[in-house]
Amino acid sequence: MSARTDINAGGGWLGLYVLGYLVFLYLPVLLIPLFSFNNSIQAAFPLQGFTLDWYRTLYGNPALSGALANSLVIGVIAAFGATLCGITVSYMDLYGRSPLATIISAIARLPILIPGVIVGISLLILVNLVGLGPSRVSIVLGHILVALPTTVVVMRSRFAAIPKTIREAALDLGASDWTTFRRVMLPLSAPAVLSAFMLSFLISFDEFIVVFFLAGTEPTLPLYIWSQLRFPRSLPTVMALGTVILTVSFIIAGSAEILRHRGLGAARRNPA
Amino acid sequence: MGSSMSSTIVAARPLPENRISPVFRFAMLLPGGLVTFFLILFALGLVVFLAFRGNDGSLLGVGLTAENFLTVATDPLYWTVTLRSLVIAGLVTLATVVTAYPVAYYLAFHAGRRRNLLLFLVTLPFWTSYLLRVFAWKIVLAYNGVLNSAFIETGLWSQPTLAFLNTPAAVVVTLAHAYAPFAILPIYVALDTIPKSLLEAASDLGARPFTSFRRVVLPNSMPGVLAAALVVFVPTVGDYVTPAMVGGPASTMIGTLIQSQFGKANDWPFGAALSVCVMLVILCVVLVARGADRRFGSRT
Repeated sequence: MSARTDINAGGGWLGLYVLGYLVFLYLPVLLIPLFSFNNSIQAAFPLQGFTLDWYRTLYGNPALSGALANSLVIGVIAAFGATLCGITVSYMDLYGRSPLATIISAIARLPILIPGVIVGISLLILVNLVGLGPSRVSIVLGHILVALPTTVVVMRSRFAAIPKTIREAALDLGASDWTTFRRVMLPLSAPAVLSAFMLSFLISFDEFIVVFFLAGTEPTLPLYIWSQLRFPRSLPTVMALGTVILTVSFIIAGSAEILRHRGLGAARRNPA
Repeated sequence: MGSSMSSTIVAARPLPENRISPVFRFAMLLPGGLVTFFLILFALGLVVFLAFRGNDGSLLGVGLTAENFLTVATDPLYWTVTLRSLVIAGLVTLATVVTAYPVAYYLAFHAGRRRNLLLFLVTLPFWTSYLLRVFAWKIVLAYNGVLNSAFIETGLWSQPTLAFLNTPAAVVVTLAHAYAPFAILPIYVALDTIPKSLLEAASDLGARPFTSFRRVVLPNSMPGVLAAALVVFVPTVGDYVTPAMVGGPASTMIGTLIQSQFGKANDWPFGAALSVCVMLVILCVVLVARGADRRFGSRT
């Protein structure tokens, strides 16, 4: 009891600190939407006036819509690949009972310990060696790699949260490994699968460091933004585009978070 | 006797795990196996191989040489840049971990019903575009940017200053902001798993709040602190985007040099050698962190 009160002492100051921290975290990012509505080419105070002109410049821009289409296609395919790998790697790590599965799972999380620039150049060498060259296929491979640690971690914690008895019951009742996986384990972790898919899509959609090395003549949205940053005139357009991207990212990340918690909550409510 | 009984029971009813069919195992290991062995191990192997080749303009270079590493070791430029990268990444790591710790502490012990919402809020920026987060700092720090104009507007400054942008300090602040969400989660997880009974015991035995923090909470959260330090340090030490956007020529980092070897400079074997050096540095840091973890962390 006394420990409770001791720990709680000073909670008010800490709460203020957390509030300040959140302001530091969000304030610079929120300047982008703020200035995207500002009627001036400079991102500076005082604000000049409200305008939607910068958003209008986003329409009818073939380079931009091409980059957007690339990002969407690459994001969906890479998310599919990364989620498939995340599901199988973590499932086999937990239930595969093979040293190989454990090794694969460990290597799959290794990219966290490799700076993006090295992931980028290693894949650049690889895709040139096998004849793909910098291309959309190469970007997909790169993004599967970048998203893999996330999907493995999300799926692994989900599979681990499913009570062991459920899987054992299915196997004891004569279901094959494949049936158990497809009819029991996968449906039980459906929210996590969707969450892993959305998060890996987001990672691919926002990724810049690796894609910089792997893009050929077809840029993705972050590469398009990078190319526009050189021109001061196009900064307001970049901010309008950035606002759209931030909004979409917030919505997708929020939905993924809700799905992840819903899945875990359901597992806790029906433990048997 | 008792143990032989139980072993016969186990033998009579094998655990379901033992019955995995080879076809299922193969199919399930295939996608992950291809990605990990081909895209990670083989690709990294290529980098190491290329690092020992000479540059003749071809994809995989020529010959077998340690010349790339000799250049890295003897040219003071690379020592300067490597040292600068380590200092910048070290400062960023220190700043993110120290500022994240109280947030993680609050989340673990004080947040109550707001915990899930706060956890979501601190991790949300993690999922937004890194490029946009860096770009945001460019508009904050620029000569005619937000900070300068805000200072002039409030009368604190009469002239805009160039002192913000294109400095190593700008790189540190921007990177610390960009990687802040990485640090909170590992520390929070470590703090959250500390049994509350330990804190009660400390308090019952007469420890003051600060003593019980220093002697109980802090040592027990060290694994999380070290994990946080690692996930911040690794991406920052190889970063090339932030130095290019807000750093200026005085804050070239090792990632910038690697990137230019695969771009303008077009000396892939040398870029590969630089990458191998960075990976070795990271390996050393990981080993030091492991050692520190064993020394300070494993008290539970």
